[in-house]
Amino acid sequence: MEITREMMLEMYRRMVRIREFELAAIDLFKRGMVKGAIHAYIGQEASAVGVCMALRKDDLIAGTHRSHGHNIAKGADTKKMMAEILGKETGYCKGRGGSMHIAAFDTGSLGALAVVGAGIPIAVGAALAFKLRGEDRVAVPFTGDAGCNTGNWHEGLNMASIWDLPVVFVLENNQYGVSTRITNSCKIKDLSLRAQSYGIPGVRVDGFDVLAVYQAAREAVERARRGEGPTLLVTESYRFEGHYAGEPEVYRDRAEVQEWRKKDPIPRFRRYLLENGVANESEVAAIEAEVKQEIADAVKFAQESPQPDPATAMDYIYA
Amino acid sequence: MATVQKDAVSLGVTKPTMSPDLIVQVPPGVPAKEMSYQEAIREALREEMLRDPSVFLLGEDIGKHGGAFGVTRTLYDQFGPERVRNTPISENTIAGAAIGAALVGMRPVAEIMFVDFSGLAIDQIANQAAKLRFMTGGQCKVPMVVRMPQGGGAGKSTAAQHSQSLEVWYAHIPGLKVVFPSTPYDAKGLLKAAIRDDNPVVFLEQKFLYSFRGLVPEEDYVLPLGKCDVKHQGSDVTVVASGYMVWHAMAAAKQLEQEGISVEVVDVCTISPLDEETIGRSVRKTGRAVVVAEAVRSYGPASEWAMVIIEQAFDYLKAPIVRLTGRFSPVPFADSIEKGFWPDTEDVVQAIRKVMSY
Repeated sequence: MEITREMMLEMYRRMVRIREFELAAIDLFKRGMVKGAIHAYIGQEASAVGVCMALRKDDLIAGTHRSHGHNIAKGADTKKMMAEILGKETGYCKGRGGSMHIAAFDTGSLGALAVVGAGIPIAVGAALAFKLRGEDRVAVPFTGDAGCNTGNWHEGLNMASIWDLPVVFVLENNQYGVSTRITNSCKIKDLSLRAQSYGIPGVRVDGFDVLAVYQAAREAVERARRGEGPTLLVTESYRFEGHYAGEPEVYRDRAEVQEWRKKDPIPRFRRYLLENGVANESEVAAIEAEVKQEIADAVKFAQESPQPDPATAMDYIYA
Repeated sequence: MATVQKDAVSLGVTKPTMSPDLIVQVPPGVPAKEMSYQEAIREALREEMLRDPSVFLLGEDIGKHGGAFGVTRTLYDQFGPERVRNTPISENTIAGAAIGAALVGMRPVAEIMFVDFSGLAIDQIANQAAKLRFMTGGQCKVPMVVRMPQGGGAGKSTAAQHSQSLEVWYAHIPGLKVVFPSTPYDAKGLLKAAIRDDNPVVFLEQKFLYSFRGLVPEEDYVLPLGKCDVKHQGSDVTVVASGYMVWHAMAAAKQLEQEGISVEVVDVCTISPLDEETIGRSVRKTGRAVVVAEAVRSYGPASEWAMVIIEQAFDYLKAPIVRLTGRFSPVPFADSIEKGFWPDTEDVVQAIRKVMSY
């Protein structure tokens, strides 16, 4: 499967966009302008981008409490996302959802569901609808490593496998569920082995390597589209920030974090682009500058937008 | 029209203890046929599946077996395994898959075998289905139905994990509609409405009522969600009830009519959103109220109805409201301790006498 220059530059753009978005969101949070919490996706950008670049616009994703990255990777508008994080009427969810519930149905994002594993059954149901209607669309629920111990996850993988549904289950192993290391919550180290219990392929890939994620996702997506059923795709990476912005991280050493940060997927892919002559320094720098400006504009848009009118407090409860 | 199937002998489905003549809802002259509550539900499913290809069923053992109570029996033969979809025992994913299908334009009807098992599905129903439209700022709608049999019946209950009445679990959640029909006529018309509604609807079926019979119109009809139904007009006292308790209220009303006590029976056939207006209007007319629910006493539906009466008709009350409910206990098994667990006709009669003599 050939990966064109344009695709690689788009991958880089989306990864940088996620990084800059998260840094801006954390900055706003630290300045006391965001209520609730920010669960940053920093360090995992290659996972969402690699997967979503393998999807069509009409394929669907379902997210988690840590889904800014998934939404951006699927093509969401950063202005509407930032406005949502600040609880503004101009946000994707008109300020009703906030950071943990960004949904962008116009891009195929069914929404971020903040109960761990909850997106799994929902994606399975969407895939069932595709199959019933004879459509060749694919549903992709993202879950963190800790999600693979929920009933949702096991029930969902089982149901999708018995019906050969077009689902790619992306399990993003960032090593921690809040404070608990995955090695303390799963007996096995290679989580892709769990696919065997459901009779489906399990693939484990370096989640810092966007091209490797893309290749693996592409294969799984095409398999699903052909009607051959679901795949479990495990992307191995690391959560560079705390569970939420400002979290004290008493459960891990700084040295451990520093060691993992050396694997940062963005400088790595940047080097790849330069060393392989995909782009030159000024082209890469131009992408970075454009994205920085886009995020600055998003912050300004969000800050200047109004909160919802109190008269609309009871809207959207019933259709 | 489909042939009427003989009701299967299934868990808890027993002979009706009340005559269909007690509640007649079809006016004379309208073409109608008598059928059971269970058949009425089946016919609603069948007609909606014929009318709309986006309607499909999923649940445990609902295929050839027809579900624990035989409600979906014959539908599998008619519509096949794709649209009458047997699932593994995975309640949360049954509910969640219904949500996902609904989000992309289907109208799934999920069956949870007993409401008691729905604890395993409550995250998907209460946290996801109910809230998705709100928390996405109206980007989506979730047109799905979750059917769940609930409740017990005189001497026929199946103990603590198969006989509860749990409508308040769902009625407490904004974003859900909760429907609880008492008659074949209501069951058919309300289920069709629930399937056509654009919101997640929890559709509760009183399983002791499955064998109860009544007249159902032959023509297509749909009843409104969110409305109480005045099953019997009266002027002295209002009995607010739902499910099987409506039959006890009606039996009590018939009995007391002979003594000159005029009883109005308000059937809360949609538990949520609650039609407060109809309850209020009735009690402002009668000035007396008895509230009767099968669910256990504390924080139950009867308590909610009593509060609505206080808010809507306090100045009109001539006597304190009497509340009849299930006993605040797990549902017992042995007949000797199951007896008296739920209100019956005699309890309603006594409660009415009490408010009349205050």
